[in-house]
Amino acid sequence: MTPSSPPATDPIFGRLSLDAIPLHEPILIFTFLGVAVGGLVLLGLITRYRLWGYLWTEWFTTVDHKRIGIMYMILGLIMFLRGFADAVMMRLQQAMAFGGSEGYLPAHHYDQIFTAHGVIMIFFVAMPFITGLMNYIVPLQIGARDVSFPFLNNFSFWMTTAGAVLCMVSLFIGEFAQTGWLAYPPLSGLAYSPNVGVDYYIWSLQIAGVGTTLSGINLIVTILKLRAPGMRMMKMPIFTWTSLCTNILIVATFPVLTATLALLSLDRYVGTNFFTNDFGGSPMMYVNLIWIWGHPEVYILILPLFGVYSEVTATFSGKKLFGYTSMVYATVCITILSYLVWLHHFFTMGSGASVNSFFGITTMVISIPTGAKLFNWLFTMYRGRIRFELPMMWTVAFMLTFVIGGMTGVLLAVPPADFVLHNSLFLIAHFHNVIIGGVVFGVFAAINYWWPKALGFKLDVFWGKVSFWCWVVGFWVAFMPLYILGLMGVTRRMRVFDDPSLQIWFVVAGVGAALIAMGIVAMLIQFGVSIWRRHDLRDESGDPWDGRTLEWATSSPPPDYNFAFTPLIHDLDAWHDMKRRGHQRPVAGFRAIHMPGNTGAGIILAAISLVMGFALVWHIWWLAGLSFAGLIGGAITHSFNYKRDFDIPAATVAEVEEARTRQLAAAGA
Amino acid sequence: MTPDPHGEQAAGGHAEIEMPHASMRDYAIGFLLSAVLTAIPFWLVMTRPLEAGATAAIIMVFAVAQIIVHMVYFLHMTPKAEGGWSLTSLVFTIIILAIALAGSLWVMHHLNTNMMPMPHDMSQLP
Amino acid sequence: MSHPTSAAAEPVSFYQLEEHAHPEGHSTMLGFWIYLMSDCLIFSILFACYAVLGGSYAAGPAPKDLFDLPLVALNTAMLLFSSITYGFAVLQMQQGRVRGTQLWLAVTALFGAAFLGIELYEFHHLIEIGATPQRSAFLSSFFTLVGTHGLHVTFGIVWLVTLMVQLGRHGLIAANRRRVMCLSMFWHFLDVIWIGVFTIVYLLGVLR
Repeated sequence: MTPSSPPATDPIFGRLSLDAIPLHEPILIFTFLGVAVGGLVLLGLITRYRLWGYLWTEWFTTVDHKRIGIMYMILGLIMFLRGFADAVMMRLQQAMAFGGSEGYLPAHHYDQIFTAHGVIMIFFVAMPFITGLMNYIVPLQIGARDVSFPFLNNFSFWMTTAGAVLCMVSLFIGEFAQTGWLAYPPLSGLAYSPNVGVDYYIWSLQIAGVGTTLSGINLIVTILKLRAPGMRMMKMPIFTWTSLCTNILIVATFPVLTATLALLSLDRYVGTNFFTNDFGGSPMMYVNLIWIWGHPEVYILILPLFGVYSEVTATFSGKKLFGYTSMVYATVCITILSYLVWLHHFFTMGSGASVNSFFGITTMVISIPTGAKLFNWLFTMYRGRIRFELPMMWTVAFMLTFVIGGMTGVLLAVPPADFVLHNSLFLIAHFHNVIIGGVVFGVFAAINYWWPKALGFKLDVFWGKVSFWCWVVGFWVAFMPLYILGLMGVTRRMRVFDDPSLQIWFVVAGVGAALIAMGIVAMLIQFGVSIWRRHDLRDESGDPWDGRTLEWATSSPPPDYNFAFTPLIHDLDAWHDMKRRGHQRPVAGFRAIHMPGNTGAGIILAAISLVMGFALVWHIWWLAGLSFAGLIGGAITHSFNYKRDFDIPAATVAEVEEARTRQLAAAGA
Repeated sequence: MTPDPHGEQAAGGHAEIEMPHASMRDYAIGFLLSAVLTAIPFWLVMTRPLEAGATAAIIMVFAVAQIIVHMVYFLHMTPKAEGGWSLTSLVFTIIILAIALAGSLWVMHHLNTNMMPMPHDMSQLP
Repeated sequence: MSHPTSAAAEPVSFYQLEEHAHPEGHSTMLGFWIYLMSDCLIFSILFACYAVLGGSYAAGPAPKDLFDLPLVALNTAMLLFSSITYGFAVLQMQQGRVRGTQLWLAVTALFGAAFLGIELYEFHHLIEIGATPQRSAFLSSFFTLVGTHGLHVTFGIVWLVTLMVQLGRHGLIAANRRRVMCLSMFWHFLDVIWIGVFTIVYLLGVLR
């Protein structure tokens, strides 16, 4: 679309001109029209029902970890639809482009799609989902009233959103990277990607990365400092443990990504020679560095879901988790080991036998703690009274699916095998097998499990089952053909194919994608139907699943302050222990509760960051400078605000708790 | 970060904010030590009383020593600060730092040896 | 692992009826320390780049040709002095003296500015003689590593000035004392990074 030579830079508009709008791409134009019309309708409805003030005061400026958690989940869901649309387009293209057909996507567009699919699914779907879950659940599980740094939490959310928005802007103004989701140089260098695509990539990840790192710090400190009295480390719920390890990984790896992308942008903006082919630069150094981040990142994604599966298995088997201590140690082992395996992503680079064998062996070693976890879940189920509710169904599907994905991973860990399978569709099938089977199924288990806690009513079971079966069957139909194709030597990211005998497998994979699409639609219907029937599905008890951990000790949804009185912890499964020993919910003697106050600083600073990112992408230097100054000024101004807290008066607390007492009495009667 | 079944205090119930207490004596000792630990490496490299290899080894040792001095006397790092979490996170960071640094050097060295079997000077050409 | 307390013999309390609220900002120091650790890893990547690419001169100038050790020693001294003066500011704060704290913070900022001035002079000189960041992978990684440290010092100075104003407005209230201690960590942390920089970049570079 855009000419291959970089356009001239205008002092006012930088590289931005009307050519940047992809008028000649009918797919994009129709998408744009759809988004524009839909957006206008949404804005119109918000204005019509006078919701702006409500949204601003209750949601956008909130520092309540529960609301921020919900906003993360909404962000993840929206971006999931975008990422999945990309996937469907790829499946369609690959199923069509045989026998001389070019398919329907030009190369320039197709390359952007596979890049955007990867970037969005990892950074703007999986990351918001896990951050949202941790944000919502962790403070409740440890008996805290909020996270340690509530303002930072709000700011982190909006920075993640700003990154996602910048990534989406590239759809309609300019282009996205055509480099694959990790943007390896020299392809992503200025010489081979002179246009704005890679710059969009860099700045959307950098802006979102700030949010991710800060939220990681926030949650680590929350877990270390705000646990309820009596909750020693080895009495923390397992989800909190996996969250702690995840956030440690986040804080200890995202700086690596930040630094690596910063060096790439220096190569692109200043003309340094880190990753160029000239003047002593080394493109392979980028590959090395990005995977030092990249491998721990996959454990960042999966660990919290391991926690979810543990909670779900224990709850729906009616038993305490088998081997809690071994589970904790396995998680900690994975945390450390995940830093010792990064080279298995580029065995073919040519580091030689000694390096490859070291990293091959460490990769096989890291599968041991993961396998141990699986046995823990199986033994938890063994002789339990298992209730096959939706979260448990997703968990069982995970166990079956993930084991296959894990085993193909161990195959890839063997360097000689990897030389055959590197960058083939076998690899694609492998990581979708673990990410969909592990992360996505886990998120769905978590949504079905904690939805009643967050919103006060259960999800509809029928549509949930429809979605479940479409998803699980669809997954297998979509990705098994890719294993076969990969073994036949088909490489990833291909747009057209010569060998007609391959087509049938791509058609089958396309059918699988269609099934998954039905699963997604069924899930959206499930949400809609459940909201519609919320009065029938209402959870009055606050503990709809007979849960074991503290989040079930409050009402659904929990009050702003979570717990009127901080719980005292005596046992690992604190809430189960309280129920078993007949605790009495206090109904008098409430005190004022100190809470953080809302602030608009987070959304404003993130908006300025978004403008700065856009200006940097398009080389609009004056705007970049101005917004940078605005960012610093805004941060300093915010630091002059010393009054950030307020008290919920005791009378209000008493009123809320009184309503809760009546609700419980009515439910019990 | 290893799970510690007994050592840590139960969270909650901190009466007031923990703040490291600094003293004139700490700062003075820290300043003197780091001045000495800075001066000697500079002197070694500027006047070269020793051969290069030995000098390199010594200044690396001095750097590590000086970093420890700064940690103890300026950053008031103790095993007890923040319930041990400051030190734990520091040790963890050092492990990751060492893995990233040593790993990159090792990996890239082998890559260069295997993939560029040229005389060393070739890599210096533009 | 958990040992269930023997039956429900003694009555157990499940709620903390007497609330001990966490004092405001009790997590800030730990949070800031963990942020510094993440910052440290940014530097670790820059060090790794320098370690791997630092020998790639691309037939251009090598450290021996470029680095002026007496200047680096002077620069190091500036940073070291700023460390001890920051220490004096903390001591003044512990004695509850606002003016003294502000004064020593100002002295620290001056030493920091002197450090930056010398560094900028060095960079300017290098670029003038053609040793630009674009010249070779060695120079790219040199300028980036040292420049990132310099950027941190710059932000430190901006923060110092901000803090002096805030001390003037509100005095040594708890929030400000916490900020003084956080900035103290930040400032001494930059010192620690600089030890790595002058050892690995300058001294080992000249030896290479």
